Amino acid sequence: MSGTALLQAIVDGILTGGVYALMAAGLTLIFGVMDIINIAQGAMVVLGAYLSYELSAKAGIPLLPGLLITVPVMFVLGVGMEFLFMRRVREADRAAMSILVTFAVAILIEGVLTRAFGVDYVQLHATYIDRSIYVLGFYLPWIYLIGFGLAVVLLVVLYWMLYRTQFGRAVRASLQNRTAADLIGINVDRTRMIAVGIGVAVTAVGGFAFGATNAFNPNSGYDLISRLLAIVILGGLGSIGGAMAAAVFMLVVNDVVAVAWSPTWAPMVFFFALVIVLSIRPQGLFGRSGVRAQ
Amino acid sequence: MKQLRLLARACAVVVAVAVLAACGSSSGGSSNGGGGGSSSGGSGPITIGASLSLSGDFSADGQAFQRGYELWVHDQNAKGGLLGHQIKLDVLSDASSPAQVVSNYQNLIGSSHDPIVFGPFSTLLTLPAARVAARYGYAFVEGAGGGPAVFGSGLHNVFDVSVPVKDNLVTFARWVASLPASQRPKTAAYATVNDPFTQPQIPVAQSILEAAGVRTVLSKVFPAEVTDYTPIATQVSSAKPDLFILGSVDVPTVSAFVHTFIQQHYNPKAFIATAGPDQGATFVKAVGNGNENGIFVPNGWFGGFKKADSQKMVQEYIAKYGGTPSDVNADVAEAYSVGQVLAQAVQATHSFDNSKIIAYLHSGVTLNSVQGPVKFDSLGENTAQQTLTFQWQNGNLVQSIPTSVAGASPPQYPKPPWGG
Repeated sequence: MSGTALLQAIVDGILTGGVYALMAAGLTLIFGVMDIINIAQGAMVVLGAYLSYELSAKAGIPLLPGLLITVPVMFVLGVGMEFLFMRRVREADRAAMSILVTFAVAILIEGVLTRAFGVDYVQLHATYIDRSIYVLGFYLPWIYLIGFGLAVVLLVVLYWMLYRTQFGRAVRASLQNRTAADLIGINVDRTRMIAVGIGVAVTAVGGFAFGATNAFNPNSGYDLISRLLAIVILGGLGSIGGAMAAAVFMLVVNDVVAVAWSPTWAPMVFFFALVIVLSIRPQGLFGRSGVRAQ
Repeated sequence: MKQLRLLARACAVVVAVAVLAACGSSSGGSSNGGGGGSSSGGSGPITIGASLSLSGDFSADGQAFQRGYELWVHDQNAKGGLLGHQIKLDVLSDASSPAQVVSNYQNLIGSSHDPIVFGPFSTLLTLPAARVAARYGYAFVEGAGGGPAVFGSGLHNVFDVSVPVKDNLVTFARWVASLPASQRPKTAAYATVNDPFTQPQIPVAQSILEAAGVRTVLSKVFPAEVTDYTPIATQVSSAKPDLFILGSVDVPTVSAFVHTFIQQHYNPKAFIATAGPDQGATFVKAVGNGNENGIFVPNGWFGGFKKADSQKMVQEYIAKYGGTPSDVNADVAEAYSVGQVLAQAVQATHSFDNSKIIAYLHSGVTLNSVQGPVKFDSLGENTAQQTLTFQWQNGNLVQSIPTSVAGASPPQYPKPPWGG
């Protein structure tokens, strides 16, 4: 394998990692603030992609401006999901029970999408999706550059919101000790509801990036969820920056192994690396104790 | 009181989930009218069971198959059904899972006692399903299980009405090899998913092309679970082969390669994918208008196939679901052919007895289907048809190779630019 091919694989991995970080950000945020393992994250990414598709194909609203609509819509859906489903799960066994509850949510979303759109594959289209820029001997696709840029911007905004604002402090206080948070006047239910809404709203952007780089149908979320869970576990559950670092790490490993060795071994090598990292740092690259203390 | 409210809400959620799941996973007549009967006595409906991938990776193909089965049932019932019995379909969803398909056929045969069963979609699911049917002595007529794994399993009850997939790329490879040396591709790259339908096709084509002097510059196998095709597609585009052969089972795989090739400014002289481009409008929607042109796909049938019963089926399909002949998925014809072949066997034996049906289908008789003639060898492969190669030209999927077939459009070679 030539050095150029290796470098190309690394560049591809970094850019694709940005797209995966966008899809995983909501998952890690919701876990970070709620201890909810959201199995429906893959279905929500697909839902976000369909919302972009509808606005673009039916209403003629371009994809990027369309995010100004899909993000608030997904926020409302997230708020509704927290109120209807997540809040009902008992505090004591929230993490375990949330898997069942969110799996039901995933089936609901898939069923509704299948009813509305059928199972034929669609893909988001825009002129910039198939275009690329030539830099230092490599063609860098605009859609991946946009996805990576959106990931960086969104993750910085989320980080700032969680760790540098009063709302972020309220969110983290609600999770660390609900009773104490209540006592100091934090409306815990409302705080969590808004936080989940933000987590799901971010997924709308992930859905756009996913739909622009993959053909999808209502069932496509299942292929995503194991990858997204692996990313947030490696990054450290609840860590926004960890999701970005883990997504880039995963995709670079995947792409380099696929090119240098064989695509068949790429997932195995990644999961082997995941096991090694977790055996050394069980809390992931940016573990949650550190996350909440920031 | 609060607990009651919570319980009521939980029930509502469960009911809503169940209703939606039911909407997506079961359809057609669900009644059990079979009773395991194998005679033609009585006048009640006859139930035919099938497991189809109505969700999961093969859901687009599975639902197209369902449409094909339903169209055949409608037409056959209009002609009086089977031996005077109206036909009812008993369709279960296997979610594209080899484990679920086994469970479904055990239910259809062992519990529901459906007297006849049809095959599922894909080689991957046909093999385990056929083994269940064989245990019960059932004939297993299917239209999408043409991989060598099925015919190498030693089963006596499997009959694939479509063209065996092992030689799917042979027609195309021989055409490439027959090109004048000055026009023939000098280099080729191969990438395939490790699926029993598609992987066996690649070495056959590769050996023909290498014998014709087409040098292999890249050969990759990737797992079915892959979600990011970028590194493989980028590696292909970096190698810049004149010819690219993609072993694919669905639209997203082909679409991912197409978009990466466009982004990398690479346009092969010829590009063939084993599945995906045959999906009509769905394929065009995924790759984008104009990007489909020039892409080849091997198959046994296409929407413009000039055969009376095929044209009638296409018209019925369009009347019911809309679109144009190019939009009709080849899965529809494969499923419809399953029904046609089974009907001819039942009428010839004047029985629903599966052992008689198996014996009849192995007798060497030539049957008719919308895809063309059907004649089974001892393994259950259809030996009466040849693989055709289709190409997207000016927004239509047309038959182009062999060029000797009546109505064939000459292949566009080299492939037009992307978007052209």
